Amino acid sequence: MSKPEIEAGDSVHPGNPVIVDRYTVAARINHWVTAISLVLLALSGLALFSPALYFLTGLFGGGQLTRIIHPWIGVVLFLSFMGLFFRFFRLNLWERTDSVWMARLRAVLAGDENKLPEVGKYNAGQKMVFWSMSLLILVLITSGIVIWDQYFGPYFTIEQKRIAVLIHSVTAIVAICVWIVHVYAAIWVRGTIGAMTRGQVTGGWAWRHHRKWLRDLVTTGKH
Amino acid sequence: MFTPVPNPTTKPVPAKFGEQDLIRRSASSITPPAKRQTEVAKLIDVSKCIGCKACQVACLEWNNLTEDVGVNTGVYDNPHDLTENTWTLMRYTEYENAESGNLEWLIRKDGCMHCEDPGCLKACPAPGAIVQYSNGIVDFVHDKCIGCGYCIKGCPFNIPRISKADSKAYKCTLCVDRVAVGQGPACQKACPTQAIVFGTKDEMKQWADHRIKDLKSRGFKNAGLYDPPGVGGTHVMYVLQHADKPQIYASLPNNPSISPIVELWKGATKYAGLAAIGAFAAIGFLHQIVVGPNRVSREDEENAERLTEGKSP
Ligand code: HEM
Ligand code: SF4
Ligand code: SF4
Repeated sequence: MSKPEIEAGDSVHPGNPVIVDRYTVAARINHWVTAISLVLLALSGLALFSPALYFLTGLFGGGQLTRIIHPWIGVVLFLSFMGLFFRFFRLNLWERTDSVWMARLRAVLAGDENKLPEVGKYNAGQKMVFWSMSLLILVLITSGIVIWDQYFGPYFTIEQKRIAVLIHSVTAIVAICVWIVHVYAAIWVRGTIGAMTRGQVTGGWAWRHHRKWLRDLVTTGKH
Repeated sequence: MFTPVPNPTTKPVPAKFGEQDLIRRSASSITPPAKRQTEVAKLIDVSKCIGCKACQVACLEWNNLTEDVGVNTGVYDNPHDLTENTWTLMRYTEYENAESGNLEWLIRKDGCMHCEDPGCLKACPAPGAIVQYSNGIVDFVHDKCIGCGYCIKGCPFNIPRISKADSKAYKCTLCVDRVAVGQGPACQKACPTQAIVFGTKDEMKQWADHRIKDLKSRGFKNAGLYDPPGVGGTHVMYVLQHADKPQIYASLPNNPSISPIVELWKGATKYAGLAAIGAFAAIGFLHQIVVGPNRVSREDEENAERLTEGKSP
């Protein structure tokens, strides 16, 4: 058997139903800070992205404030995401079974999980969200700094800023699409939101969606 | 000599153009007025400029601006670049003409060109922060400006500057307030040699022709008008002794146009971006309707219970 695929704090409580601890308080706070900053960034960024959405600046106290606050929330997002990255990256490393899972995407979308290999703490879809967000946020902060004129204006040429703002807006759109997939998956797979709020899921949820993780928890005796 | 704009009456006169004459407004779609005002233009004849900077001073004076005291780095350019207070700047170039063997002192009055197709306006995300009147004047409306600096990225001439004091963008207004009451710009008024003249765009082109003929007769065979078609022409034009080499005039762009990167950013990206977000949301919605929620079954819970109790599920 391969090494157990569990993170610090994961444990299983037998009972009826079985309850599984999936995220610690620290991990959940870290995730919420990331989630809120990403949503605020998307709203404030989209306000400047399209005239049709300029009204969103009202949420931030007007255009000037939106422009001022957006990059600072970006800094919060970046630091917060770094926290998540180091918490989660180990179990998000790609494995052979992940490729099998991806190849059977049709079964995934149909919710036909019996046709899929048993999944550890994260499935291939979650891993893709994890790695794409890691990359996108890195690109967003880099390009964001190049167009952060108030503090970094003199360090870059106009041509570099043109390229950066194009990259920033395209990357932001991709990040928002990935975010939609991520949030939709959490809603579609019922019982997932509890992992984000209380940090717990039921044993049935773990059995159905992350059976290898549940088995690892039971065999390592994390009660 | 070009007949200068006469002195104003001392009586108040109504503005000749205003809100109703806008042909473009940043981040907004507007219906342009049925009738366009006569296009105006300022013509800067580099060959006549003596570099006295009266225009630069007149600009500060009329617009009530003060420039910080700078440092001398051994060149005449003062300040060294356009700033939020210096909306026009004399740029001096020493040019060795290989053909004639002469040293020529090229003095170009830099500032906003009032493009017919303004890149600043195209890039601006704040509705109404940049406007273009039907007579061709491009103006910044400061109470709508959010200070993002997108106009700087949009401008092919590197003109707008963001103020460190109020984080808003500033540039030459072509003295929109003076032109509205029938006056020429302050710089034009102050110029002692008529190197700066102001009138309708047609008049200015005619005057330029006359000047170019004169220059050609004196041996400047490449003398010409700078009214770059890449930005649809401009409402500030230059007469250049060497119109075939605009770049020798302190890097005046050879064939300026709005950067293709800016066009892509402000064009296809906006439509494709919003469409992509909409499509992802719609796919999620459809999937929910077609496939329905993925629920944990009673059996799943029982299997989990058996597994944790050490029985085989
Ligand atoms: C990670 C650090 C980030 C930094 C430093 C940053 C910085 C910036 C800056 C400086 C601007 C120009 C407007 C302004 O000055 O406020 C901007 C625009 C924008 N940002 Fe960010 N940002 C970051 C992250 C994000 C994220 C995560 C998103 C979306 C999910 C996003 C979406 C946008 C969008 C859509 C625009 C408008 C682009 C346009 O006008 O086409 N940004 N950002
Ligand atoms: S700085 Fe002001 S004028 Fe320039 S693009 Fe931004 S909002 Fe528009
Ligand atoms: S020169 Fe620059 S600032 Fe002036 S109208 Fe053209 S694009 Fe706008």
